[in-house]
Parts: sequence; structure tokens; C-alpha cells
Amino acid sequence: MTNLTHLTIDAARAGLKKKEFSAVELTQAHLSAMEKGRKLNAYIVETPELALQQAKQSDAKYAAGSPGPLEGIPLGIKDLFCTKGVQTTAASKILEGFIPPYESTVTAQLFRDGAVMLGKTNLDEFAMGSSNTTSAFGNVINPWKRKGDKTDLVPGGSSGGSVAAVAGRIAMGATATDTGGSIRQPAAFTGIAGIKPTYGRCSRWGIVAFASSLDQAGPVARTVKDCAHLLKSMCGHDPKDSTSANMPVPDFVGALKPDVKGLKIGIPKEYRMDGMPAEIEKLWQQGIDWLKAAGAETVEVSLPHTKYALPTYYIIAPAEASSNLARYDGVRYGLRVPDDNLIAQYEKTRAAGFGAEVRRRILVGTYVLSSGYYDAYYIKAQKLRRLIVQDFLSAYEKVDALLTPTAPSAAFAIGENEDDPIKMYLNDVFTVTANIAGLPGLSVPVGLDAQGLPLGLQVLGKAWDEQTVLNIGAALEEAAGFKAMPEGL
Amino acid sequence: MEKQLVRKIARLARLALTPEQEDLATTQLSNTLKWIEQLQAVNTDGVEPLASVADIHLPLRKDVVNDGNCAEAVLANAPEQAQGYFVVPKVVE
Amino acid sequence: MASLVEGKTGSWEVVIGMEVHAQITAHSKLFSGASAAFGGEPNAHVSLVDAAMPGMLPVLNEFCVEQAIRTGLGLNAQVNETSVFERKNYFYPDLPQGYQISQFQHPIVGKGEIEIDLPDGSVKTIGITRLHLEQDAGKSIHDQHPTKSYVDLNRSGCALMEIVSEPDIRSADEACAYWAKLRMILRYLGTCDGNMEEGSMRADVNVSVRKPGAPLGTRCEIKNVNSIKAVQMAVDYEVQRQIEIIEGGGKIDQETRLWDPAKGATRSMRSKEEAHDYRYFPDPDLLPLHVGADWIANIKQTLPELPDQKKHRFMEDYGLNAYDSSVLIAERERADFFESGAKGRDAKLVANWILNELLGLLNKDGKDLSSSPVTAAQIGGLIDLITDNTISGKIAKDVFAQMYASGKDAAAIVETQGLRQVTDTAAIEKIIDEVLAENPDNVAAYRSGKDKLFGFFVGQVMKKMGGKANPSAVNDILKSKLGRS
Ligand SMILES: [Mg+2]
Ligand SMILES: [Zn+2]
Repeated sequence: MTNLTHLTIDAARAGLKKKEFSAVELTQAHLSAMEKGRKLNAYIVETPELALQQAKQSDAKYAAGSPGPLEGIPLGIKDLFCTKGVQTTAASKILEGFIPPYESTVTAQLFRDGAVMLGKTNLDEFAMGSSNTTSAFGNVINPWKRKGDKTDLVPGGSSGGSVAAVAGRIAMGATATDTGGSIRQPAAFTGIAGIKPTYGRCSRWGIVAFASSLDQAGPVARTVKDCAHLLKSMCGHDPKDSTSANMPVPDFVGALKPDVKGLKIGIPKEYRMDGMPAEIEKLWQQGIDWLKAAGAETVEVSLPHTKYALPTYYIIAPAEASSNLARYDGVRYGLRVPDDNLIAQYEKTRAAGFGAEVRRRILVGTYVLSSGYYDAYYIKAQKLRRLIVQDFLSAYEKVDALLTPTAPSAAFAIGENEDDPIKMYLNDVFTVTANIAGLPGLSVPVGLDAQGLPLGLQVLGKAWDEQTVLNIGAALEEAAGFKAMPEGL
Repeated sequence: MEKQLVRKIARLARLALTPEQEDLATTQLSNTLKWIEQLQAVNTDGVEPLASVADIHLPLRKDVVNDGNCAEAVLANAPEQAQGYFVVPKVVE
Repeated sequence: MASLVEGKTGSWEVVIGMEVHAQITAHSKLFSGASAAFGGEPNAHVSLVDAAMPGMLPVLNEFCVEQAIRTGLGLNAQVNETSVFERKNYFYPDLPQGYQISQFQHPIVGKGEIEIDLPDGSVKTIGITRLHLEQDAGKSIHDQHPTKSYVDLNRSGCALMEIVSEPDIRSADEACAYWAKLRMILRYLGTCDGNMEEGSMRADVNVSVRKPGAPLGTRCEIKNVNSIKAVQMAVDYEVQRQIEIIEGGGKIDQETRLWDPAKGATRSMRSKEEAHDYRYFPDPDLLPLHVGADWIANIKQTLPELPDQKKHRFMEDYGLNAYDSSVLIAERERADFFESGAKGRDAKLVANWILNELLGLLNKDGKDLSSSPVTAAQIGGLIDLITDNTISGKIAKDVFAQMYASGKDAAAIVETQGLRQVTDTAAIEKIIDEVLAENPDNVAAYRSGKDKLFGFFVGQVMKKMGGKANPSAVNDILKSKLGRS
């Protein structure tokens, strides 16, 4: 039998259907791999019993001839999705031990379609970070290493556990969320694919909120097609989320074709940043050439407010976060550091419960909303937000999608970039714009740098046009023929 | 950025900061704000602030009671509870 | 005319603005499907949304929006087609989200006005600044444990309308009249039950004083003013306090004060005031609310006749005086009761019977009209018997007492007890002749000018006839027999 943990979701579905192996066998293979892969620290909680129970049910479904579209597929679930009866922490001490009595809409839909949960994957605390070094449950280790170098690298963030699990073959796919690049940047750092759909595609109900106007769930997986499989299940209108769009979900898999003939692809000139590594520049050009060769037309476009996207993001996201995280007060759930005085209890609980980066962002967010500063910061950022959206709208009058690098560097070592938060924030420079504008964005692995680390390209699309984004991604995937794997797998 | 202001902000956010954390926060906050300052260079006269990109109308719910009656679930994770209530240190008005 | 308050240094003018929180009459909460009913076991009327569990999201209750629009129209106010929900951020144990979803810069209802009726019979217009929708908080209970407070979230998330007045109110009387009129309008509209014991209406009263013509003084906001009596007492107390401070050379601090009904005093809440900065910003979980002009127009069509319109109509159509009209319209149910009883009858008579007899008895028994043993139709039946001379007004009072006690129709009581009035002039004449024959001295005295004796003869006749004689027939025949007009 082939190594089951190396199959794509698409292949595993076929194998299960043909009864080449059972869902229990597939799950068991992953559970064994998880044990060996614990050094990655990809999971905060493993749920082997639940997984096997779900896999058994999947086998019954196959036997009955009524499998769901993801029947028996073992997944990692980012520990930002509330899962009924299974601890959900957002990688924060403040939620340690919290057992939601409810299931998030997205995970409920995945389980409805037959998916199996292997466990809850690690992340940056409250999804705030780009290196998965802010988790209260320890750093996640990137399965990739630099050539001839044993230094542990970051997997990117915030969905570091999800991508490490998928790249490390201890999950076939995983849920993730993306507020400023948290799906795409870590996907690029670990050589896998990940898509953030249009804002409003996936319900936010039951996902621990970071920045409500920017947060969007999406899948990470090893191929674009696998992402399409997962995305189809995760999307859909949810009346419990007032920002969820009442739009039909296309058949992303059925309509997937690596065909870009006649498409106009914009190359935003402002993304050619000073100091960008030559290898990334080269890869980007390579991507342009591949698309041209496949019959697309590439056009230089301008997104003039690009350089303001990051500071805009670092006003809006902390502002919303400072309010969203006010509910963690030690009264109804989570950590409490008791004190006779309620205010002191609040202050001690939140100081002990939140890590340094979360505290920092709460302070920034509180500051930019506070009286006297609101107009200068928050309102200013909202105005920039409109200008950034308008940049995209005018670009999309001329082109069908955009191609950019996903991140300005490959994975870096744990501890690097940590002296200066702003340096760390630069990781999101190519990805935040899609969150600010609510647009779909996909990262596809397309090559390795000189040190043998994966690099990704990002495809940005028009609102609700995930299909074109996926198709362009599939074309890049085909052209790149990326088959590299972390050493030792 | 003065420490006084950081203290006020931390108080608003209900975060107890040690003196060292206060110092660090003062530096980091002022650096972040300095960096954010670059937005002031953009002329945004006449630009409407944009709070959300969701291009839909606020959906409305019918006035039907179809939730609640789940005190057990609501209280299940409470650090302290008594007689069906959440319990906190005495609040004096 | 504004009533001025005398201090040691002369007259002071009182300036008051009110913020009334009115709970919207609805089945479920503003943003969740949990019951909005009063009471219940602790934390029973609480959904995971109301408890602010991680990842929970608000979905707006359509009916609450409709109620806010209806109220806005009833306050003669501008309804805004676009309004925005914002978060008001502060920490409190009965505020699970750490913020209250409210409306700040763009409320659903803008400027309006209402007329208030003052004790001297005059009418004054008070401006409405705005009405916005917001969530109620939960309840902290402080008397269950010596060192702990208990938190019940049953009210958390219930829909409130905050109705803010202009600082047009000039006395405690006006403040009371404003509260009463607002309550009446809300009850007419059916948008708030006005039940003060259950906290359905709560007021924050902003009070300041100034020398007439001077610029506005510094105001204090008094919270927890939850009944008419409390409005009166709190304003009186606060006005005296402020005047004493200023006249003593002091200065008023702008602050929030709490009305303590037990002590009959306001006291500073500076502890709560500390470092408040609500950091309002648009709630990213909720998009701007759009209400179409059609929706507003449809609601307008279903608006009931409002108290002032009804009062004027009662005065014009039924010829009632202003006072009787205002008592009758104080409750919509009372006005309806009156109108159904008055249909095709002498309306003034019907009004008198309701105001003087029925309401008196109900009040004595602590009942309201909905539990009245006498229906409007039954009152009408009684009045029909009076106007067609079947019974006299005096007998009618006895009949009414029996109706109230038994719930029976007037006609049945009159029939079974033989209370039908005698209008047969021959029978009355016969009795009058007897009475005159039995009292020759009084007849002579009357004829020589002792007018007062007329009543004596009437009494004697009535007595002999068991009170059932038609009084006007008795009058007429007596006058002609006694030979004086
Ligand atoms: Mg107020
Ligand atoms: Zn209010």
C-alpha cells in the first residue's frame, strides 16, 4: 500500500471510494504520523478517539454508498474554530481549558461532509503573529530546514500549526484563518497551498474573533485542487453571521481547470519593493512567464496606496481586536486570577492570560480608538481603506486577477525579526491588502530558494471570483511542477 | 508617548503592567505610532471612511424565541458560579 | 412659564434634559433569539450570544427596528433611513461582551417633539434630540453574599430605545409631565409596556441651574430615576443641592450621580466615572442598517391615534372638557372603553359614569379596566335605562353597585327587583294628593313663601313610592298642585 499520509485529498477520496483502504486506516496512518511528528508542535490538542469514531462512521457511509464529499478525510482544525466538547484556546492561556458547548459553522459543515478531525492545530495567540512564536502552547516548527542546517525555522503565522501539519504529512488539509495573511504567508513558508476567500464567503460564527472586518476562514492543503475541495465545504451563507453573503457557492472542484488562456493578469508595480530578495523577484518573473506561456496576457497595473496598507491594517486590526478581546475578563469562562477587587481581578486576569504580542495590540487598539486620537488614527485608516479598495476596483477594470509574491522572504529562524515588531509586521506586506479590500487570495508553492526553502506566489482576484483565482493557481502549479518535500518525509 | 498615557490606556484596557512592561510598552507604542504617522501624508479630504467591505444590507431576524434556555451550557465554563449565577468579587457602587 | 426656584441670592432657573431607556416590547432580544420576557430562572433567558461566548455574533431583530421606527413616528421625529450600530466599550461584570452595542453618531431616529400637559392646564412642547437602539446589560445582585456579587444575564441583550430630550424642561413638574406623556405615547404605540416595577422605563436626568438669562450651568446626570415620584424628588433634591453649593461660593462638578430612593438623596458615582472613555466605533459584526422609505411609510399607516389627537377629538366630537378628556385618554384601553360605551349615547353622561363611578371602584379594588366586572356595553345599557326614564339617576347608582358586584346587566337587575321607574302620572298624582293631605301645615307654609319645603314634599313622595317615581314628573305635578311656579 502507498504511504497514505502522502496522498492528496483528491487521491484519498478516490482510494476510499474504490475501497483501496478504509477511512479508519487512513486516519490511523495519520494518528501514527502525528506521534512521530510531535516535535513540530503542530497540534495543541490531538483528538485520536474522536478521529477514529468519525472515521468509523465514514466507513459506514462508504459501505452504505452515501459518502459525503469529504468522507473520511483527516484534517487539522485551527484552534481558533470552536469545536463542541473539544478544548478551544486560540493558543492563549486566557482560554486554556475552555470547552465550547457549540460547533463553529465552518467545522460543522466540514463534519457534515464527512471530514475527520485529528486535533486542534497550534497558532499565534489569537491569530496575532506571522511566525507562530506567540502561542501560549509553544512555537510551531517548520518541517522545512535550510540545506545543511539544523536550525529550527518558523512556519509563518498565524496558521502555523495548520500548515506545519499539512506540510509535515500529519494532516491532509487543515482549516485556517486569514486576517492579514495568516493563511497565505504560512502556506508559502511551508510549500503548500492556501486560499483566503472573499470576505463573507465563510461564516465567522464560532471562530474566535481577531479583527471582525478582516477575518476570513479558508483551507490549506498540498494542492490547489485539495484547497478547492475543502473550500467548497467551508463556504456558504450563514444567517447567524450578519456579514455572511447570501450567494450560491460554486462547484470549485468541478469548474477547476488550469487554463488561463485569454485572461489578463495584472502585475502591480508597487509590489516591487526595495530590498526584496532577488530570488523572490526572479520567481515572480518566472510566474509571469509561465502565465504568458499558458496564454494569459500580463499587464502592469498600479495600486498607488499599497505602501499605506500595512499601517492602515495595524490601526484597524488592533482597534477591532481591543474590543473583541474585552470579553476575556475571567467572569464567564477561561482564566481568572482572583482578587477581592473586581477591577484588579480584571487587570491581573488579562495581564496573566494574554501574551506580550496580544497585550501590545490591545494597547495600540485602545489607544487609536481613545478620545482625542480616534479621528487621527482610526478614521484616517478607514479613509485609507476606501482608497485601497478603490485601487483594486480600478485595477480590476483592466485585469481579471493579480500576481504577486506571497511574502517578502522565505521562512526565517525562530527568534529572528523578533527584536522589532514592525520588522515582523513586514511579513504581511503583500497579503494585508486583500484583507483590507476583502478580496480572495491564494498562495501556491512554486519553487525553492537557494537554501532549499519553499517560496510561494500569490494570486489575488475579484470579489466572489475564487474560481478564477483557483484556476490561475492550478496553472501555476502545473507549470511549476513543485514536488519538493521537507527532508525526512 | 509618555508613561502617563500608557498607564491610562492600560487601565482602560484592564491590563496590569509591571514597571518593566510599562517601559517596554511606552517605547513600542511610540515606535508603532511613529510608523503609523506616515498615513498623515495622504490627502484624504472628501474620502468617506469605510468600516466594512461587505457589500450587503444588514440582514434582519424575525422576532422569534428560538434560543436560550441553556443555562447549563452558558455556565459550564464559569470560573465561579453559585445558584445559577456567575460570581464575581463584590462590586460597590 | 417656567417656575423659578428662590435661593438666598435670588431666583434660579432650572434646566433639565432627560434620557429615558425604554425596553422594547418584543418576544426575543435585540441581537439573539433568547426570550426577552421579564423574570425567569437566573441565566435561563440567555443564549451563547448574550453570554458573549467566543465567536458568537449578533443578528438584528427586525421587529425591534420596526418598534423604534414606530416610536420615532409617534414622537413626530425624523426616521433616518441609514443608521449605524457602534460599540461602546467598558468593563462591567453584567456587560459580557465588554462593550454595549448601541448607536452613537448615526441613530435610527433624529429630532422630534412632544407636547406635555402641565398641572395648571397649560401645554408645552419639549424637543426630542434623538432615539437610538441599544442592548440592555445584565443584572448584578449584591445582597446574596457578603463579599461577592452574583451576575444574571437574563436582561443582557434585551432591546432598549434610548430617548433623549432637549434641555427644554424647566421644573420638576415638567419633568414628571414629560415622563408621564412619554410613557403614555409608548404605551399607545405598543412599543414599551411602561412597566416601571419591571424596569421597562428608566431615566437619567440631567439637571443644572442658572440665573435667568445666564448661560447654561454645569450639569449633573442623575441615574436610576425610575418612577414619576422619583423624578419629582430627585430633581427637587438636586436643584436644592446645586443652589446651595453655588450660593455657598462653591462650584458644580460635572459628574454622574445616583438617585438613592431609600435616602431620598442623590450621591456621587465618581468611582464609576473614573477614566471613562467609551471608544465608540462602528461594530464590524454589523453593517449599516438601511430602512427603506416604504417600510417607514407602511408603519406610519398602522400608527394608532395618539394621545393628543385623541384628546382633541374627544373635546370636539363629544363636547368633553379638557380635564375629562385627558383622564379618559390617559390609557388607550380606557379611551376605547369610553368610546364603545358612548356610541349613540349621551357621551358626557357616559364619561361621567366611567370617571366618577367605575374608575373610582376599580381604583379602590386595585383593578384596571381589563379586569372590570362591568363592560362598556353594560355601562351603555345602564345609561340607556336612565335616558329612557326606565330608572332614575338615584336608582341607577344602586343598580350600578349591583352590576359591579355581580357582573349582571342593568336591565336584568331592574327587572328582577322591580326597580322600573313609575312614570304613570295618575299614580304619582294619587300619592301627591295623599302627601299634601297629610301635611296641611307645610302646604300652607310653602304657599306663604317657605320655598325650601318643596324638597320635603319631593322626599315624602319618593319615600312613599320606594324611590321609583320619575323625579321630573313628581316635580311638575307637585308644582302645579301647590299652585306656585
Ligand atoms: Mg445615557
Ligand atoms: Zn443608553
